[in-house]
Amino acid sequence: MNKQKLVMIGNGMAGVRTLEELLKLAPDLYDITVFGAEPHPNYNRILLSPVLAGEQTFEEIVLNDLSWYAEHNIRLLLNRKVVQIDRKKRLVVADDGSSAHYDRLLIATGSVPFILPVPGNKLHGVIGYRDIADTQMMIDTAKTHSHAVVIGGGLLGLEAANGLKLRGMDVTVVHLADWLLERQLDRTAGKLLQSALETRGIHFRLNEQTEELMDNGEGRVCAVQFKSGDVIPADLVVMAAGIRPNTELAEKAGIPCNRGILVNDTMQTYDPRVYSIGECANHRGTAYGLVAPLFDQAKVCANHLAQLGFARYQGSVTSTKLKVTGIDLFSAGEFMGSDGTETITLSDPIGGVYKKLVIKDDILVGACLYGDTADGGWYFRQVKENANISQIRDQLMFGENVIGDGGHQGQNSAASMPDSAEVCGCNGVCKGTIVKAIQENGLFSVDEIKKHTKAASSCGSCAGLVEQILISTVGGAADVKPKSEKAICGCSELNHGQIRKAIREEHLTRMAQTMDYLNWSTPNGCATCRPALNYYLLSTWPGEAKDDPQSRLINERAHANIQKDGTYSVVPRMWGGVTNPSELRRIADVADKYNVPMVKVTGGQRIDLLGIKKDDLPGVWKDLDMPSGHAYGKSIRTVKTCVGSEFCRFGTQNSTQLGIDLEHDLFNMWSPHKVKLAVSGCPRNCAEAGIKDVGIIGVDSGWEMYIGGNGGIKTEVAEFFVKLKTAEEVREYNGAFLQLYREEAFYLERTVHYMQRVGMEHIKKAVLEDADNRQALNARLQFALSFEQDPWQERLEQPQLKKEFDRIAITELA
Amino acid sequence: MMNWLDICALEEINVLGSRVVASAKGDIAIFRTAGDEVFALDDRCPHKGGPLSQGLVYGKRVACPLHNWQIELESGAAVAPDVGCAHRHQARVENGRVLLSINQAEKCA
Repeated sequence: MNKQKLVMIGNGMAGVRTLEELLKLAPDLYDITVFGAEPHPNYNRILLSPVLAGEQTFEEIVLNDLSWYAEHNIRLLLNRKVVQIDRKKRLVVADDGSSAHYDRLLIATGSVPFILPVPGNKLHGVIGYRDIADTQMMIDTAKTHSHAVVIGGGLLGLEAANGLKLRGMDVTVVHLADWLLERQLDRTAGKLLQSALETRGIHFRLNEQTEELMDNGEGRVCAVQFKSGDVIPADLVVMAAGIRPNTELAEKAGIPCNRGILVNDTMQTYDPRVYSIGECANHRGTAYGLVAPLFDQAKVCANHLAQLGFARYQGSVTSTKLKVTGIDLFSAGEFMGSDGTETITLSDPIGGVYKKLVIKDDILVGACLYGDTADGGWYFRQVKENANISQIRDQLMFGENVIGDGGHQGQNSAASMPDSAEVCGCNGVCKGTIVKAIQENGLFSVDEIKKHTKAASSCGSCAGLVEQILISTVGGAADVKPKSEKAICGCSELNHGQIRKAIREEHLTRMAQTMDYLNWSTPNGCATCRPALNYYLLSTWPGEAKDDPQSRLINERAHANIQKDGTYSVVPRMWGGVTNPSELRRIADVADKYNVPMVKVTGGQRIDLLGIKKDDLPGVWKDLDMPSGHAYGKSIRTVKTCVGSEFCRFGTQNSTQLGIDLEHDLFNMWSPHKVKLAVSGCPRNCAEAGIKDVGIIGVDSGWEMYIGGNGGIKTEVAEFFVKLKTAEEVREYNGAFLQLYREEAFYLERTVHYMQRVGMEHIKKAVLEDADNRQALNARLQFALSFEQDPWQERLEQPQLKKEFDRIAITELA
Repeated sequence: MMNWLDICALEEINVLGSRVVASAKGDIAIFRTAGDEVFALDDRCPHKGGPLSQGLVYGKRVACPLHNWQIELESGAAVAPDVGCAHRHQARVENGRVLLSINQAEKCA
């Protein structure tokens, strides 16, 4: 069968990103032809300003070099401007007469600078600021001429002015409005920015309109005349008064346009064979000019071109950053405020700091920062996630540092960190390395940074910080999304929530069946999606779904923790942290018999035997004759207890016994992430119940239950959940809460993150307010656990499972 | 001339799993894909020496259990952007038996 033909007009960032996404989904579906009007392969247009300023070179901003096109068999026609789309013949014709037939057409022609309709606008020396040719001309002109005028005080205009000034020209910025960046900043921040740029020697003329560009008699511009009558010298005039979607071609072909080519939520135009994305497209009334939304569009468009047909683009929240070195400003969302919004403002004109937060119905909807933008990324995330900020409102202005407590999850301000500061403690990656990777490889997402630098790829605790660095480096182009909206991995476009839903509603019980039904793009997934799917299947259909050991990572397959040298650690279960002489003797004997190099007491009140060879594991388990402690699993780990009322003179409740009972209740429970409990017998709380997924504190009148704590990567204090009278009730409420977590949380989501996502109210409603539902949850947990048995015993009894641990010895001939 | 060693029956390796062969040259990991192809690599990740046999197998790749490097089973090469190579040996299935020919070359090939 002949392949279908896909033709793309335009060779810019949005279009090429669409091809990249498409090739990931359906590498062999199309013969692809690309027409590019410029003589260059795809480059990072948002980095033209650093090139103008002399901070980067053209070579450094190329995103896809020519070999990339060749590698993917893309026919690349450079230096050819398309002049006609014949929709009847499905033919695209370029200015040199070359042409291409299409089955699907993608128009990604971007935008053109708006050239003011004033006399003299065609003179030599008058340009827009759009591509490499413009940038090169500005650099060349700066070498031979001295006066530059930039018309337009927006992002692009200011970046051009800064670059030309750095290249030695005398620069004046002409702006129609009262203050600079009036679409990104409010008046106060705009004025602060102006005075900062004035100290760099840039001149401004605000509230000024251009009347005429004057000819030097040889066809070159020599001066600008304003409506006010003033005249200033100008050898170079840069028009940066806005951009217009480049719709000329589409309009000529009769495709409906209205300030952009009109597209629906699948990026399709009114002609079903024709798609359009990027700055030339108008989606629900908006033509986006920033990179991040265009990348979202690219994903959706690729999904439909690949004939998957389920992705939908619903618009984007955007943020802005000015790429002028040494000037920090950031804005996101509805920063101007409107009816029904409230604003919190911090203003320090002398110190050069200004911050404004816009709030609507307890949700942060916009932020405008000048001078100190360290928290820009954090505010941007709050805006995108629609997070309710009523709890932290009084401290919101002071940023993430004040609100977060212990731990190091994005606690340092990315922008103020030196390049030498270590960001990823696991893999030893510093900020400078990450920034360099972002700039040199044109990275826009944390996932890409993970791949290229390894930062945030191990424990993930620095992912927040890496995200901040990304935002402070590329600004609005950063592709940041909450986990609930992110695709599970590269194998599928679907997010965790969609996958859970499908497994439940379609009654999917097998891995292969699930991947098949959900159109997985890989034959058997990857190390990210398989463990997640295995958990979702098992937790949704206990008894029906069969555990797939090959889809578990090594710790859960070997039922021990792999160490850096390939040996394992073994932690037997000690119910509630209570042991006895016989167990201790057996542990000591095992340590002797297998030459265990280290015996260590863990934080969870048990004993760890480290440095055991894999083939010794079954023997160790047999000799220990104790159940698995699951110290290796996304599962119930331990229940930490204090000695309680049996011995302690302060104890008010028998915390040890409740801990033991709870641990028996949950034995063998798999969960989205590890689950740790603690029970203290009095408010002195020696068992540290405040930093556990479920923490119980005994008081004279009963038990207090706290949920959602953890002491790991970022210390999170558990929140008060409910006060109960009896130990029986504690066991019931605990089982119900953990079952809810098991059913609703995403894989690798700890209780605290699950709670932050669904809200405490939701959990209270399901567990506290509805007794029937609470009992049903508990019953479902017990049903699920009835299929599980001690994994160590299971492996000793079943040879099929035991072979995992045997090595094959060979005698080599010759 | 290749020297083929009979290792085990194909069934003795799990689908999308692996077994470790203890050879004089050190441990060798033999992997089985979903399509019942077998591949053999030195059981050492080029990154920090992690035992590749303990990794998760998908497609024709294995993810190292220590730091999640992705290694191509056919070539032993690390998937970009990582750079490195695990020593490769010849392996094949014949009449339901897994055969291995140990590559004595010192260099990674």
